Amino acid sequence: MIAEFGLVALWLAAALAGLQLVAGFTGVRGGEEAIARLARPAALVQALLCGLAFLTLLWLFARTDLSVALVANNSHSEKPMIFKLAGAWGNHEGSMLLWVTVMALAGGLIALVERRLPERTMLATLGAQAFVGLGFYAFLLFSSNPFERLNPAPVEGNGLNPLLQDIGLAFHPPTLYFGYVGLSVAFSFVVGALLTRQVTPEFARVMRPWILGAWVFLTIGITAGSYWAYYELGWGGWWFWDPVENASLMPWLAATALLHSASVLASRDALRAWTVMLGVIGFSMSMVGTFLVRSGILTSVHAFAVDPERGSFILALLAINIGGALVLFISRAGTVAEGERFSVLSREGALVINNVALSATLGIVLLGTLYPLMTEAFDMRVSVGPPYFNPVSAIFVLPMLVVLAVGPLLRWRRDSFARIRLPVVALGVLGVVVLAGVLLTSAIDILPLLGLVLSVVVMVGSFLPLRGRSLRRLPLAVWGMVIAHFGVGVSLFGMASDTAFQQERLVAANTGDVMEVGPWQAVLAGVVPVAGPNWTALEASLPLTYDGKEAGEARPQARSFWSPPQETSEIALVTRWNGQLYVGIGNQNEDGRWQLRLWWKPFVTFIWYGGLLIALGGVLALLGRLSTDISRRIAARKIADRRADEEAFAQEAGA
Amino acid sequence: MKKLVFLLFLILAAPLTAQDSLPPAPYAYQQLDDPALEAKAHELMVTLRCLKCQSQSIADSDAPMAGDMRHQVRTRIAAGEEPEAIRAWLIQRYGDYVSYQPRVTASTWPLFAIPALLLLGAILILRGRLRKAK
Repeated sequence: MIAEFGLVALWLAAALAGLQLVAGFTGVRGGEEAIARLARPAALVQALLCGLAFLTLLWLFARTDLSVALVANNSHSEKPMIFKLAGAWGNHEGSMLLWVTVMALAGGLIALVERRLPERTMLATLGAQAFVGLGFYAFLLFSSNPFERLNPAPVEGNGLNPLLQDIGLAFHPPTLYFGYVGLSVAFSFVVGALLTRQVTPEFARVMRPWILGAWVFLTIGITAGSYWAYYELGWGGWWFWDPVENASLMPWLAATALLHSASVLASRDALRAWTVMLGVIGFSMSMVGTFLVRSGILTSVHAFAVDPERGSFILALLAINIGGALVLFISRAGTVAEGERFSVLSREGALVINNVALSATLGIVLLGTLYPLMTEAFDMRVSVGPPYFNPVSAIFVLPMLVVLAVGPLLRWRRDSFARIRLPVVALGVLGVVVLAGVLLTSAIDILPLLGLVLSVVVMVGSFLPLRGRSLRRLPLAVWGMVIAHFGVGVSLFGMASDTAFQQERLVAANTGDVMEVGPWQAVLAGVVPVAGPNWTALEASLPLTYDGKEAGEARPQARSFWSPPQETSEIALVTRWNGQLYVGIGNQNEDGRWQLRLWWKPFVTFIWYGGLLIALGGVLALLGRLSTDISRRIAARKIADRRADEEAFAQEAGA
Repeated sequence: MKKLVFLLFLILAAPLTAQDSLPPAPYAYQQLDDPALEAKAHELMVTLRCLKCQSQSIADSDAPMAGDMRHQVRTRIAAGEEPEAIRAWLIQRYGDYVSYQPRVTASTWPLFAIPALLLLGAILILRGRLRKAK
């Protein structure tokens, strides 16, 4: 019964999305007002119903109702509760339900609180939101029903893979989904603004919190995913240009560009067409990402061709939404005036360069990700990997970083070089000093070298906009910018440092052997068997010294799980402020020696600290924007109250 | 019946286990003694794809095949072969798929033409956008 209840709620939610669509567009066309007025309530009820459907699914997983196919395939009565719940979205159908639920909740929230835009634009936005939503409802109900029954119900579920019971793995996908959905909201606002020809600063201000939120989630998702790959794969790599990674990087790049473009529109009424275009691209990239991950095309193009139902569905949604938006954009491009003018040497000028560079980088990642899939369809298999992505994207990323260090110093509209000469020259000198210092002390490749130099310049440059400003009265959003830019420098520093200076030791060692890697010394004290709840392992113990001083112990394990049987390598990490020692243990050779792998990775942790700082910057900016909005609302309400009082008073006095 | 299936499984799995129990080639998990040669080998290994994994280079993988390829690369580097010659040999053996560094060929030229166009486009957009604004 409970599963059917969820299904009914989902169907009703879809029906309300239909109502919301009709009501929204009736309003846009200036039709019957009684119908148009239904759009907001429809969005609210839809959010409630969809939330109810998702809660139902959670309930089914919590109870391990094995008569539901999804539960039987992905859960098990003996799983810990948290992983039973996470199992609800750890699969295709559940994750799509999570997607529409988040989207419906976002739509409900807009319908409830957003009153800054003209009502027609809001109706168009809600209509667009419902249109996108309907596509996903159709996808769920017709090809990915999460509530499908299984008859007869099995005695026990299938999903007890201990490797997938990882708390990071449980919360990583929803984080990215929140980001994707946030961009869908921005997309709806863009369509609404285009339909009613209201591409205004107010529209950018209304859309901005959604972009910021999406961007924060994407940043956290990418950072966490990168760290997870780093400690789980066991060879010290943190970015592989894997299509799944790129699927999250592309929306992030688009969202970053959109964020900056929307800022220009919000404060200067310039870059209207750019902002609209990037809003469309941002959501396109979310859908491309969903398509790549969900269609199965990545395992093999041919597997996709054999069972193309889901992939084609997403592809069709992508074509309809994005194609429609682009046609709309082209038909309205003439009416979206260019907006305010500005000089090259201005904050806007710098942001235009940033936008173009980010978009071009996005183009390259997209090309490098899709191209091998396309050639594979013609039976020509090529690989596009780091030796391609790194230098080609650097063409655009490196100049952008220079602009990032200098741009925030510039004034809006028009500025003179004379005014910023001092900080720019100081940053230039700093760059040259770092360059000379690195060149004199070590021989490293050109990309990590430039990365190191620019990272220092960006880290220092990010604080320069604070010069001469009262720190106490600085808006939260400016703090957000400073910290996020600083985070970019920090992260880049970690990447460049690890690439340039990491040291690797692969050895076959007997008990008592001493290994050196960088400033570390490790002794193989012994290898002992240990056992966990569902695995046995061989654990090496390696007492460590750093620069001759005792520095703890590393205990890497080679684990064997038994259900399902699988071997994994649990690496040991020893973190210092200036980097990590990364130790893994492999097999035993025939002569009794153990294969050990040690890496000294200077400042590698800065990669993820930087990612977190970027996200923190986003959160601060978001809080800053929201609090300004709320205090404005409170002020407006007070003024309205006072006016009402005065009027009442005047009437009384008159009477 | 169950026993039969199990036996069948054992027979089918036999070659697999035989392959796994072979000791890994010496240089699969061992570095070259000369740091300069090892660096050269490492630089090449990170650009070669592990054919049995998802998006990992042979320098990042536990797969036995990646180990064999590491051994091949290290012994050939130690014997004085040039990295690009080794890459060419591997491409001949496994196809373009094995190299993460695409070559310019009849089927890959767009990978290089499109970024060039992007660069051109970016410059044009910036020139148009920024000059018009003056």
